[in-house]
Amino acid sequence: MAPFALSPKKLGYRFNVVGIVGLTIILLWALAAIFAPLLTPYPIGEIVDYDYFGPMSAKFFMGTDYLGRDIFSRILMGARYTVGISLAAVTIACVTGVALGMSAAVAGGWFDACLSRFLDALNSIPSKLFGLVVVAAVGSSIPVLILTLAVIYTPGAYRFSRALAVNINTMDYVTVARARGEKTGYLIRSEILPNILGPVLADLGLRFVFIVLLLSGLSFLGLGVQPPNADWGALVRENIGGLPFGAAAVIFPSIAIASLTISVNLLIDNLPQKIRDRSA
Amino acid sequence: MANLVEIRNLKVEAKTDSGRTVEIIRDVSFDIAEGEIVALIGESGSGKTTIALTLMGHTRPGCRFSGGAVNLAGHDMAALPQKRLAALRGTEVAYVPQSAAAAFNPAQKIMDQVIEVVRIHDLMPVEEARERAIDLFRALALPNPETIGARYPHQVSGGQLQRLSAAMALIGDPKLVIFDEPTTALDVTTQIEVLRAFKSVMKKGGLAGVYVSHDLAVVAQIADRIVVLRGGEIQEIGTTAQILSSPAHPYTKQLVGAFEPSLRVAPEPMERATRQPLLEVHNLSAGYGPIQPNGLPLALALKSVDIRLEPGRNLGIIGESGCGKSTLARAIAGILPPVGGHIIFDGKQLTPNARHRQREELRKLQIVFQFADTALNPTKSIADILSRPLVFYHDMPRLEREARIDQLLDMVHLPRSAKYRRPAELSGGQKQRINLARALAAEPKLILCDEITSALDTVVAAAIIDLLKELQRELDLSYIFISHDLSVVRAICDEIAVMYAGEKIEQISPTDFGGAGGHPYSRLLSSSVPKLNPGWLDSLEQDPELVRAFSKR
Repeated sequence: MAPFALSPKKLGYRFNVVGIVGLTIILLWALAAIFAPLLTPYPIGEIVDYDYFGPMSAKFFMGTDYLGRDIFSRILMGARYTVGISLAAVTIACVTGVALGMSAAVAGGWFDACLSRFLDALNSIPSKLFGLVVVAAVGSSIPVLILTLAVIYTPGAYRFSRALAVNINTMDYVTVARARGEKTGYLIRSEILPNILGPVLADLGLRFVFIVLLLSGLSFLGLGVQPPNADWGALVRENIGGLPFGAAAVIFPSIAIASLTISVNLLIDNLPQKIRDRSA
Repeated sequence: MANLVEIRNLKVEAKTDSGRTVEIIRDVSFDIAEGEIVALIGESGSGKTTIALTLMGHTRPGCRFSGGAVNLAGHDMAALPQKRLAALRGTEVAYVPQSAAAAFNPAQKIMDQVIEVVRIHDLMPVEEARERAIDLFRALALPNPETIGARYPHQVSGGQLQRLSAAMALIGDPKLVIFDEPTTALDVTTQIEVLRAFKSVMKKGGLAGVYVSHDLAVVAQIADRIVVLRGGEIQEIGTTAQILSSPAHPYTKQLVGAFEPSLRVAPEPMERATRQPLLEVHNLSAGYGPIQPNGLPLALALKSVDIRLEPGRNLGIIGESGCGKSTLARAIAGILPPVGGHIIFDGKQLTPNARHRQREELRKLQIVFQFADTALNPTKSIADILSRPLVFYHDMPRLEREARIDQLLDMVHLPRSAKYRRPAELSGGQKQRINLARALAAEPKLILCDEITSALDTVVAAAIIDLLKELQRELDLSYIFISHDLSVVRAICDEIAVMYAGEKIEQISPTDFGGAGGHPYSRLLSSSVPKLNPGWLDSLEQDPELVRAFSKR
């Protein structure tokens, strides 16, 4: 892109209020994840309270869990897993899915047919089952978790972006670029991607939420993050027994999950007009 | 004669996407007498359809009446509640839409849809309604009037469907019929038949009508009076004869003037023998769908076409929809690789597929499409769009590129500030100028213009044609100009190739076109183009044999 095309208007990426709220919460969680070891009042594995399911108090900000561990510390450390793993997985899934989807749409023919059938086959395996098998076979480590989650959600991103790209591919401006002699790489990068970016980002937000939920599910089955560490989903599951007592230990991890997933979607739905307009 | 319709100080306002309210109809007043046909004419966005719809008490979503009155046979359509309006629609006022194909339900038989109005208003027994419908089919000169109602909409042609939608409008015996660009989507030869049918039915029944159109020549055939609109305001009202012969308002003059673009002054035919042709196409065949065992695609759209073009000259390709003229352009450009024949361009044979052509070959042959807005990437600024061919073909450094973009914008008569904008911020005519500028950026020898003025308003299209001529004088250019509009092709081309059903029928000069020596189809096509003379349609006589042989109505 020629630098002189950067008119002053173009720099005006303006978020609206809701978008700013979403972004702020996400950034807060990101900061919490990064600086968690400095912020935790207690070591996460240590039993610090004589009572289990302790209430909120000055000492234990968010109460204690079923073993008497400090929930606040566990949520802060859990942010590392939930935010980190989900973000990495969703990024890998969407980048590969969208890149493959656009290539398939532009190239067409046997490339499109083979790739589509292969990813359809992958899609037909139930996601939890697939996660279970892989983690059971290879063992649970964070890179394995990230890759497994990414593989599970790639076919969806591929399907979605391919459908969008096929529509754009028939537009006259793509035909003009083809007649000009442009190569596939340029067509994908410069003519198609900017036009599907809005919906693709919205899809990314949705997929992020799915990944957070699937990760919680895997942790509950003991295949996710290993104790004494726990992601937020695992925190909810392990403290579910405290629900009848109205324990804070269940409420706060749930709030954490809700705040993250909702704010991701708030942000995506309220992206600056400049980005959203591109797919209009 | 009493006035059937009286529109007084009509105002309609609309909400834009950004929530702003704009007045799209400003203080419009006119009358329609009983049995009179009034045409509303103007370019797109002039409010002609909006006014026509107010006669049914309808405004499109986002619009509302903000003042004035629309009196139709004693009812104020602007003030009546929906329930009362529903009772009037179909019985007092009826509507014939632009696209009949979209107006019919593809899952229902035609007869059921035509007599639906009767059933809704419970006007007469179904049997009687069917008989009346058949009478209308006969009056509208539809083939097989007794049985055509038993078909589904996809089983009849576009021209027939348009006449059937008129039957649908007329069955409730309305006092006023609104025609909303009913022939715009039809071929010229089909248009004649449809216009004739409309005119005879209206005259016989003594019906009043509103005919919305942008085509002055079509309107001249059917209307008694013409209302010229622009920007939601009436520019001029007059009888058809007065508007055509002595337009008073400058805009009307422009509109009438744009209809007759001057013929192209052909360049001096230079020593022809010494000049090798710029483009030679031999036996070109192309089509769509999978390749059959005989080596040809399933639907062959182009059958062994030969064309020849010398440098500095322009070739017009004319024909009706589906004759393969756009396929020809796509095959030459290599977007749709031809299955047979060869293309020799600038002395070298081109490979069928654009992918395998040399960059230099691609540069010299550029293509411009009909729909200006889909041909520009909406996410890019004009500067980005224009700089790409400069980088791609000429490897131009940044500073030089900037200067060249300014120069290109000057060439197509756009302000230099346009480069900071995006396509959505430009009008249709401006976008088409950008498309031309992008083609010019490659410094081509030949530009394939595929119906580039068809989606534009008359006045804007005339300006684009003038621009093309001017560019040709300044730059060493040739055009292949594809169009269904004979007057446009005549204005710019030195030679005209006539196509019918995938074949080139003949290639002749514009002055000889339609003459006695030419091919019968050319004669038919030439005589079918509406003229500004109001008596043209009535005095037109076409050989029925010829019409039957060449029109798919």
